[in-house]
Amino acid sequence: MSNARPDQRTEARQDTRAEPYVRLERVTRKFGDFVAVDDVSLQIRRGEIFCLLGGSGCGKTTLLRMLAGFEQPTSGSIWIDGVDVTGLPPYERPVNMMFQSYALFPHMTVEQNVAFGLRQDRIPRAEIKERAGAMLELVRMREFAGRKPHQLSGGQRQRVALARSLVKRPKLLLLDEPLAALDKKLRQHTQFELINIQETLGVTFVVVTHDQEEAMTLASRIGVMNHGEIIQVGTPTDIYEYPNSRFVADFIGSVNLFEGRLVEDEPDYVRIASDELGGAFYISHGVSAAPGAVVWVALRPEKIQISREQPEGDGDNRIAGVVAEIAYLGDQSVYLVRLASGRQVRVTQPNIVRQGSAGRITWDEAVWLSWDATSPVVVTQ
Amino acid sequence: MGGRRSVFVVSMMAFGFAFLYVPILSMIVYSFNESRLVTVWGGFSTRWYAALLHNEQLLGAAQLSLKIAAINATGATLLGTLAGLALARFGRFRGRALLTGMVTAPLVMPEVITGLSLLLLFVALEQVIGWPAGRGITTITIAHVTFSMAYVAVVMQSRLATLDESLEEAAMDLGARPLKVFFVITLPIVLPAILAGWLLAFTLSWDDLVISSFVSGPGSSTLPIVVFSKVRLGVSPEINALATILVLIVTIGIVTAGMYMQRQERRRERDVQQAVAARG
Amino acid sequence: MKRFRLRAGRAAVSAVPALWLLLFFAVPFLIVLKISVSGMRLGMPPYEPLFTWATSLVLDLRIHLDNYAFLWQDPLYRNAYLNSLRVAAVSTLLCLLFGYPLAWGIARANPAWRNLLLLLIMLPFWTSFLLRVYAWIGILKNNGLINNTLLALGVIDEPIVMLQTDFAVYLGIVYSYLPFMVLPLYAAIEKLDMTLLEAAADLGCRPFRAFLTITVPLTWSGIVAGSLLVFIPAVGEFVIPALLGGPDSLMIGRVLWEEFFNNRDWPVASAVAIAMLVLLVVPIMVFQHVQGREGAVR
Repeated sequence: MSNARPDQRTEARQDTRAEPYVRLERVTRKFGDFVAVDDVSLQIRRGEIFCLLGGSGCGKTTLLRMLAGFEQPTSGSIWIDGVDVTGLPPYERPVNMMFQSYALFPHMTVEQNVAFGLRQDRIPRAEIKERAGAMLELVRMREFAGRKPHQLSGGQRQRVALARSLVKRPKLLLLDEPLAALDKKLRQHTQFELINIQETLGVTFVVVTHDQEEAMTLASRIGVMNHGEIIQVGTPTDIYEYPNSRFVADFIGSVNLFEGRLVEDEPDYVRIASDELGGAFYISHGVSAAPGAVVWVALRPEKIQISREQPEGDGDNRIAGVVAEIAYLGDQSVYLVRLASGRQVRVTQPNIVRQGSAGRITWDEAVWLSWDATSPVVVTQ
Repeated sequence: MGGRRSVFVVSMMAFGFAFLYVPILSMIVYSFNESRLVTVWGGFSTRWYAALLHNEQLLGAAQLSLKIAAINATGATLLGTLAGLALARFGRFRGRALLTGMVTAPLVMPEVITGLSLLLLFVALEQVIGWPAGRGITTITIAHVTFSMAYVAVVMQSRLATLDESLEEAAMDLGARPLKVFFVITLPIVLPAILAGWLLAFTLSWDDLVISSFVSGPGSSTLPIVVFSKVRLGVSPEINALATILVLIVTIGIVTAGMYMQRQERRRERDVQQAVAARG
Repeated sequence: MKRFRLRAGRAAVSAVPALWLLLFFAVPFLIVLKISVSGMRLGMPPYEPLFTWATSLVLDLRIHLDNYAFLWQDPLYRNAYLNSLRVAAVSTLLCLLFGYPLAWGIARANPAWRNLLLLLIMLPFWTSFLLRVYAWIGILKNNGLINNTLLALGVIDEPIVMLQTDFAVYLGIVYSYLPFMVLPLYAAIEKLDMTLLEAAADLGCRPFRAFLTITVPLTWSGIVAGSLLVFIPAVGEFVIPALLGGPDSLMIGRVLWEEFFNNRDWPVASAVAIAMLVLLVVPIMVFQHVQGREGAVR
């Protein structure tokens, strides 16, 4: 509920055992033969910002539109705050949506747009004016109340759309690519503004986005979708550091994936031999896979050290190679290092010291790559 | 034929527009001709306009045509908007193919066929249920609504197809029921298209000769029917005067509408520029 | 319940125009078909009653063959059909040849001019069709504008006969239907991405070849829609041949009109209409297909 105080909300954010506020039970949506959403069960907690992340056509928008009531599930049910809303039309759901196109009514002023939802509920005129005004104040659009949408800039329209969708104090606010129409600078600024407003009002947000950076910034939890299925649900850290599959590891950020075989399986460590690497990974945590099984090791480029000298210590978690490509990006440099097996490995290094031309690792140089035993992640699917 | 304006395209355009306007201009010039012989210049005169104003037959027919055109335009706009709405918004429904077929066929159907078939229908209806009794304004109006609603439907369908559907979804999301969404959101936004559809239906009816000829009865001769019976006998200076007046009215109407739209457009552009400039 | 009400509302919205068109557009064709197989009689209406034929089905079948066999055997009707198709096809081609450069020029003009030019194309459409055709009489007749001018200039010694010829009919059709060709072409050309032609030129394609291999295929929907919007009504055109054509320039619309109004032979007029419809059924369906596809694109 919107009147949840910020402190309650913070609790909810941390309390992972909180009662699910939005519950999707085995929801499927088919369009003819095409399965847009495939047997999705999902729980969203009160007061959190939940991001549905995936590429285009992964079913995230269809899922959002089912929450709003624009699409009906082919099977399964949707519960919001303990009420089954599955068959309810959009105008009877305690849910509002902010559209990707903002969908501001072109023939109404900013104030009329914001008041529109309240007017549908036959709320007294004075109260409508007050609540619409307060909401415009919150998004800093009060002085534009008399303008028409086409007289506003993109960022201003976005704020009006946000005010309009929040004014009814929805139990759930759905945001469809809320920042996609803004330019990059404005987007970064607006992300934090969105979080602030969400924290002020305590409304539960469900955000659909294809932009992983946006998801990482906004979300308390992320659900990664592919082909109509939810692949993994977790905090941004979970998703990035502990991907549960090759798809998630590859979709979020960039990653080096190596195919390998489990050769030693102990409770506190595993060794995985990889022909692609031309060596073995020593990983300081157990995995649940049968010995000898084929697994994949995911290693993030920023977790690899690159050096001219051979690192100290024994033989695992290191490999020699030759620099094939370098891309200087300012804040960091990207190296593509070719291993003896022919495999190229991506390595990024922050440019902590100002770069000069002297002393830098350069093309065709022989180098050593090494990484910490905690860094690689083993995925079995 | 690249992006540059080739000599060929420019000369074709000049020729094309001359082709379209020379006949109209010749009618206007000849309408001020003193001579009854129309094509022989006999000096400037407005006598044919005076004659036109005293031609009871033409004036009566014009009045009848205006009345039919107005009723027709209103009915056709209503029915055509409903059809356009169904085609643009309801996705796949049973009978969609049939409705699409019946909406697009009148656009190209030769008028003689439509006219004949409607007359035979009216005659058969009169035999079987006694309505419509004889032929006149009612039958002409029904016939006109039937073919002009198709044009309105096409105009409305294409307008509604380009209307951002999320506007209607947003209204529904904010608690408005479908019927209310239509009246509060959809209708005001597509109003210009509805007006255009009304004018189109009005013009189609006002202009129709062939279908009216089939379904009109004694004493219900519309303006085109009277004009046709006159021009069949040859050129007539009064008809030139009539044409000039019609061209004048249409031109004034279209120029006014064009200027209004241009001003709206310019104001819009200025607003957008201000908005961009004001953004902090 | 709610779902049901929404569906009922939608059904009503689509049913009202559908029923209207069914009653006043579709059903009449069945009546035309029926009457085309009836015999003629004197009186009003001038055909045999609708509901007595059931008892003499065999007889009606013979009559049916009569009306259509009459159309087939009489060279007047056959020639009228062939002539209509020829006139419509040639006029359509001429409209396309004139209309394409015109539409191209408008679509590529700068935006300030573009709306004005479009308005100029549409303005004649808003003024009376009948009067515009009539205007050509004053231009084409023996002592009309063209002949008077040429005579005064001494180019010719005696008037060229232009009115009441096939030439006048072609001219009238091209003139009247040109806007119907230009507008769909304009819509298609306006959507065409000009960088495609630049890319073609960059890859070594000469302008004319680029026109054939890039422009024509990408504006094909406009070409088809415009051509059908001209061709189909032109086949059944009545006003233009009646005002500008000679007594021997027979077009099927005019034949139907005369059969109906002058000879008062409603069954034969109906048979003429049905035969015309059979000729046009394929073009009409192609048009509906093109139109439907345009409508489906959102």
